[in-house]
Amino acid sequence: MATVAVLVATRKGAWIYRADSQRSMWEVNGSHFLGHIISHLVLDPRDKTTLLAAAKTGHLGPTIFRSTDFGKSWQEAAQPPAFNKVPEGETGRAVDHTFWLTPAHTNEPNVWYAGTSPQGLFRSEDGGITWSGLPGINDNLQYREWMGSEKDGTPDGPKLHSIIIDPRDPDHLYFGMSGGGVHESIDGGKTWQVLIKGLDVVEGFGFDAANPTFHDPHCLRMCPSNPDRLYQQNHCGIYRLDRPSDSWIRVGRNMPKDVGDIGFTMTVHPRDDKTAWVFPMDGTEVWPRTSPGGRPAVYATHDAGETWHRRDVGMPKEQAWWTVKRQAMCCDSLDEVGLYFGTTSGELWMSRDEGLNWECMARHLPEIYAVETAVI
Amino acid sequence: MKVLIPSALQSYTQNSHVEASGLTLDEVLHDLDRQYPGIRFRIIDEQQQVRRHMRIFVDGVSVNDLSHAVQPHGEVVIIQALSGG
Repeated sequence: MATVAVLVATRKGAWIYRADSQRSMWEVNGSHFLGHIISHLVLDPRDKTTLLAAAKTGHLGPTIFRSTDFGKSWQEAAQPPAFNKVPEGETGRAVDHTFWLTPAHTNEPNVWYAGTSPQGLFRSEDGGITWSGLPGINDNLQYREWMGSEKDGTPDGPKLHSIIIDPRDPDHLYFGMSGGGVHESIDGGKTWQVLIKGLDVVEGFGFDAANPTFHDPHCLRMCPSNPDRLYQQNHCGIYRLDRPSDSWIRVGRNMPKDVGDIGFTMTVHPRDDKTAWVFPMDGTEVWPRTSPGGRPAVYATHDAGETWHRRDVGMPKEQAWWTVKRQAMCCDSLDEVGLYFGTTSGELWMSRDEGLNWECMARHLPEIYAVETAVI
Repeated sequence: MKVLIPSALQSYTQNSHVEASGLTLDEVLHDLDRQYPGIRFRIIDEQQQVRRHMRIFVDGVSVNDLSHAVQPHGEVVIIQALSGG
């Protein structure tokens, strides 16, 4: 019988939950790395054994930990992601933390990509032991201008995230930068094109929407069942893109007006490209970034964003002010699909019926940064 | 020379007091990394700057310049700044 694993990365360590395909009795394994800031914990779907964890330890520099026995033991990367040293007299960048990890294409075993804060794109070809920067991004002066300085980023640092590999072509890549827009490569990351047409810009104010600097994609997802369809939760709404078009459509305008279409996270159905889920947050006035009105809910679409449906059965009805960060909601691949999200208040929630009913799997964890699943 | 290691880095050294050699602080830290791979990058970033919340004292003096000369029988103390939550 299949086993479902839920990989939870938090501000103070990581935990692994496992259950059979009924997903009713969860066993917890952890803590791992107690006290370390874990931004992402990801299983390699190609061997279903190797785990990578993006770690930073409060005052210490960043690193990557790697396990080849599903978390029984861990080894540190020999050469974690790091920018090139600049010549004397110039100001160079230093990786503050690795934020995002993506296993590469099935045909590229041991290849991984990593996104960092400040924004950098890195690649490992040895399963995460050594990492090298992609000069087409990290050393590209145009991209450096679009990235802005560290002061221009999100409160805990500007980030390169949502690295996506086309399952049909290992050289076809996407990623997002907060801030800095959405970008696409068709040559394995050597060169990149901007993909921001149709996206609204931060605050309005007459900013040039053609300038990636003013764009803040929070989370990009590609539909596994249709790699030509992408969804995006952006600082300025929810969008869909159907390739070969290069113009995003703001499907979030169909969300209820009193909830809005601002949020961090989004996830898509593994077999139905019309179904996706978001977790809206309050993006009004000073941007509280809480659940709107203190009433948390997932919203589901089953028609590619034409209509949205509130899914909150089992969740608190009032005075619940948590939210869900951009890597902290995901789904498994079982039928019916299981949905999972982790909150800023350290609660882990799940639905085993595609969002209709919710229950809390775990409470009292540290602030949850990322949730990933794997069916083993 | 003697190098005092903060608790957060003792997963590398298994000890709070270790020995490392070199004519400068940079050489000492490289020797430390040779013995305990990975430890230097947790203290010094890729631009060769002491990380924001780390402090290094050489014979009781706070030092940020990695070319700072050290004495063979001196002492390097690495600590974490008191910050965070």
